[in-house]
Amino acid sequence: MPKELWKGNEAIAEAAVRAGLEAYFGYPITPQTEILEYLSRRMPELGRAFVQAESELGAINMVYGAACTGARVMSSSSSPGVSLMMEGLSYIAGTEIPAVLVNVMRGGPGLGNIAPAQSDYNQAVRGGGHGDYPRIVLAPASVQEAIDLMALSFDLAEKYRMIAMMILDGSVGQMMEPAEMPAMREIRRRDYEWAVNGAMNRERRILTSIYLNPLDEEKTNLRLAERWNEVKTNEVRYKEYFLDDAKYVVVGFGTAGRVALSAVREARAHGVKVGLLRPITVSPFPYEALNQLTGQVEAFLVVEMNAGQMLDDVQLAVRGRVPVEFYGRPGGVVPFHDEILDEIRRLVSGPLAVSSNPRDSWLTRMYRNLKIAVP
Amino acid sequence: MTTDNLVYERPEAFTETPTHYCPGCTHGVAHRLVAEVLEEMGVVNKTVGVAPVGCSVFAYNYFDADFVEAPHGRAPAMATGIKRVLPDRVVFTYQGDGDLASIGMGEIVHAAARGENITVIFINNANYGMTGGQMAPTTLPGMKTTSSPNGRDVETQGYPIKVSEMLSTLDGVGYCVRRSLHDPKNIRLAKKAIRAAFETQMRGLGFSMVELLSTCPTNWGMTPVASMKFVAEHMVPAYPLGDYKVSDAVKQIKVQG
Repeated sequence: MPKELWKGNEAIAEAAVRAGLEAYFGYPITPQTEILEYLSRRMPELGRAFVQAESELGAINMVYGAACTGARVMSSSSSPGVSLMMEGLSYIAGTEIPAVLVNVMRGGPGLGNIAPAQSDYNQAVRGGGHGDYPRIVLAPASVQEAIDLMALSFDLAEKYRMIAMMILDGSVGQMMEPAEMPAMREIRRRDYEWAVNGAMNRERRILTSIYLNPLDEEKTNLRLAERWNEVKTNEVRYKEYFLDDAKYVVVGFGTAGRVALSAVREARAHGVKVGLLRPITVSPFPYEALNQLTGQVEAFLVVEMNAGQMLDDVQLAVRGRVPVEFYGRPGGVVPFHDEILDEIRRLVSGPLAVSSNPRDSWLTRMYRNLKIAVP
Repeated sequence: MTTDNLVYERPEAFTETPTHYCPGCTHGVAHRLVAEVLEEMGVVNKTVGVAPVGCSVFAYNYFDADFVEAPHGRAPAMATGIKRVLPDRVVFTYQGDGDLASIGMGEIVHAAARGENITVIFINNANYGMTGGQMAPTTLPGMKTTSSPNGRDVETQGYPIKVSEMLSTLDGVGYCVRRSLHDPKNIRLAKKAIRAAFETQMRGLGFSMVELLSTCPTNWGMTPVASMKFVAEHMVPAYPLGDYKVSDAVKQIKVQG
């Protein structure tokens, strides 16, 4: 296929269609709305289901119902809308059925703003819905990568009967880039052994997330944990840049990772041995890759568009063996590459302490850099 | 026993599950009517039911059909998702008044407004049964519940919601009626309405709902007989029985039996 100019959100929608999306249920919210708008045209022309729901609660429960039939279905939203969907996500996880959700993240908490942010990392990776459940979370850094990860999201969700979430900040959703679409995959309704679609010539099936007997619920939790071990073994994905001889490593996902790459390239041009590790699966997180790097590097720099969320995962991987520093722009601000370059220079000039709290020192620097008074 | 004196038989659409409902509760009657209708229409094996949260959370244990179990109030949204990808299946929700008229009000109104081709069996027993008899949106003024111990005070706790009347104003609704389960005559009328509701769905004539006035002897603190009397004397006057919306297309349907 030739390269075409695609807007991120529309590219995601078309990529989902080409991956065999059978039904889409959504609700308008900036900066994600183009996914809904695009599919409101595209799905009916292909004879596929599209419903603009009454709310994100409605949308995710429509996804839940349609997913129970074994159909390939998804929804998309942005931060406040995804919060509303957390009830449904927990039920989907508890019922062990596949579903895909795209979160085009914006600044928060609360109503926040509509600017690009990565503030829902913890919600996506660790928390959100109630109960003890894992989920796969993918984080593209470009329109092309968002296209590529869309089909993978469906494949992973179905392989592991699990939620696959794609989190991208609003800038990937809103910007236009040259990108190549995959060929159209035909819709393949698999007759899963769990799918609920009418008990024709077979025993009836029930899909539920209720296990009144705690021992049954415990078994379910253990089964989910065991399945997550498989995901951790097979599905960790990340991109490495200039890591072979790196003494310093920047870690960033999505747009923060992409901006960091510019800074890393410039630092390299000045002879600094710095590399970048950009997680593509933030869940499962590339702990082992970072563990391996810890033996080789003098310090890590975590760059995020939030107040330090993935930072915790990097610290878990590094376990205090070398300093981990942090630089973040929360609230819907995208860092410039020279800000990250300054941080790389700070790492190189040292000294850095393993014992210092990277979030505290970052806060101090932020108040100084922004020339605002510490409250 | 010969068939000559066979007066009761379990519908084939039912599993061999002993009831978990309280003595005198009309959930069992409502379940049976739905099972009989699905069986008579020959659609049990193409039905997907959506169970609610509440006493009937385990409705799926009784029906020999595919079932899913929805989050509280979200059954119409789940049913929408199922029906949109499997339009030739029979999809119904079975919901109580706490589920449908309180936490799930958004989902039910919009499923009806969209004219989703689903059938809703709405059990109105004027309280939250499963959690132990709290006030529901349908609790009658002055009625005592565990969360309105002095009787529902409309000044501070508002007025009952008449769901059938409300939904009947929506153009997407093909069939919307209220029946009662308090005596054999009304039970027969309820069954006929349930049949009409499923026929509405089968013909793609829009959203269909049957509201069933029901008992809750345990939480009402009454005997089963007194509960039936309470429905007749207090529920029916507050929630008049009748056809609130039968679209012209639905009126053309001739239902056997």
